[in-house]
Amino acid sequence: MSSNSNLTTMKRTVEQLKLEASVDRIKVSQAAADLQQYCLQNASKDALLVGVPAASNPFREPRSCALL
Amino acid sequence: MGEMEQLRKEAESLKDEITAARKAVQDLTLQDHVAGTAVVGRVQLKTRKTLRGHLSKIYAVHWGDSKLCVSASQDGKLIVWDSYTTNKVHAIPLKSSWVMTCAYAPSGNMVACGGLDNMCSIYNLKGKDGNVKVMRELAAHTGYLSCCRFLNDNEIITSSGDCTCVLWDIETGSQKTVFAGHLGDCMSLGVAPDFNTFISGACDFTAKLWDIRDGQCRQTFGGHESDINAIGFFPNGNAVITGSDDASCKLYDLRSDQELITYQDSGIMCGVTSLAPSLSGRLILAGYDDFNCNIWDSLKAERVGVLSGHDNRVSCIGVTPDGMACCTGSWDSFLKIWN
Repeated sequence: MSSNSNLTTMKRTVEQLKLEASVDRIKVSQAAADLQQYCLQNASKDALLVGVPAASNPFREPRSCALL
Repeated sequence: MGEMEQLRKEAESLKDEITAARKAVQDLTLQDHVAGTAVVGRVQLKTRKTLRGHLSKIYAVHWGDSKLCVSASQDGKLIVWDSYTTNKVHAIPLKSSWVMTCAYAPSGNMVACGGLDNMCSIYNLKGKDGNVKVMRELAAHTGYLSCCRFLNDNEIITSSGDCTCVLWDIETGSQKTVFAGHLGDCMSLGVAPDFNTFISGACDFTAKLWDIRDGQCRQTFGGHESDINAIGFFPNGNAVITGSDDASCKLYDLRSDQELITYQDSGIMCGVTSLAPSLSGRLILAGYDDFNCNIWDSLKAERVGVLSGHDNRVSCIGVTPDGMACCTGSWDSFLKIWN
C-alpha cells in the first residue's frame, strides 16, 4: 500500500513540475526595467523614501500658533 | 526500469528544464540594469508613536487602513489601535493566548487571529451591541496557524504548520480550497494586489505562487538556505520578496520566473523575521532577530537605513496602505510607528 501512495505522490510531483516548466517567461531585462519604472513613477508619493513635511504628517503633533 | 525510477528521472529532467528555461531569459541581471542608478540617500526614520499596552511578546501586526491597526500578543489579547492618537479602540481577550498571527479585513469590519490552537478565529468589530465577539472559528488545520489574510468579509486564506494553506468560506466555516505542495511548515503568506493569486513561504526553503480560484501552484522559487519566515508582494504585484533564517531577503520576479536579487550583508548573521515594502517598492523594511530593522534599497541591494529602538526581537512590520508610516512590533511588548 505504501509503495502505491509513493507512486501517486511521485506522479503528482511530475505533473506539478510539468505545469511549472510550461510557464511563459519574459526576459529579465524587461522585468528589471518594469520594476525600476514602477519605483521611479511612485517615488514622489512614497513618504518613507522622500520624507513628509511635519505639517502634513498625521503622526506628529500639530504645533499651535499663538497669535498675540 | 521500474515505474518509480522512471518518474524520478522524469522529475530530475523537468527540474533541469526549468533551470535552463530560467537561464535562457537571463539576458541581463537586475544589477546590470540599475548600474547607472544611484543608491537612495540615507533613510532616517524617527519613532513618532509608541503603542503601549500589551503585557507580553507581540507576534503580529496588520494595518486595516492607514490609521487603524491590529496587533496580537501572547498576553492573550488582540488590540485594535488608532495609531494617530495611540488610543486602544478595542482590546479583545482571546480564548487561546498562543497567538501567532492576526489580520484586519479590508472592509474594517472584522479581525482574525490564530496560533497554536490550530484555528483561525474571526471577530466581528461591528456587532449591533458594540461588543466584539467571536463570529466563527475555522478549524481543520492539523498544525499551528502561522498567518492569515482576508480576501473580503467572507473569505480568508490561512497558512499552517501542517504544510498547507487553506481558503475558507467564513459564513459556513468550511474549507473551499486546500493548497498542498509545500514540504515544510508554511510560515507566511501574502495576497496579490489584484486578489487573484497569493504567495506562501515555508520551512522547505521555497516560496510558492498559488492561483486562488483553481487551487494550482503556478510557480515555485528556491534559493534560500533555510526557512522562509516572511513574504510579501512588491507593490505592482509582479515580484515577491522573501525573508529567511539564512539572514537574507530575496526578490523573485514572477514574469521571468526567477530570483533577481539577494539582500544580504556579511555583518548580518541572524534571521529575518518580517518584511514590508514601502509604497513605491524602492525600500524594503526587514525585521531581524538582532532587535533591529534594516532598510534596503530594493534595486541596488544596499542597506540605506536602520530602525533601532526595540529592546528585543522585531517580530512583525507593516507599512500603511498610503505609505505614510511603518509599524514595528516586538517581543519587548511595544509597537512603534516610524516615518
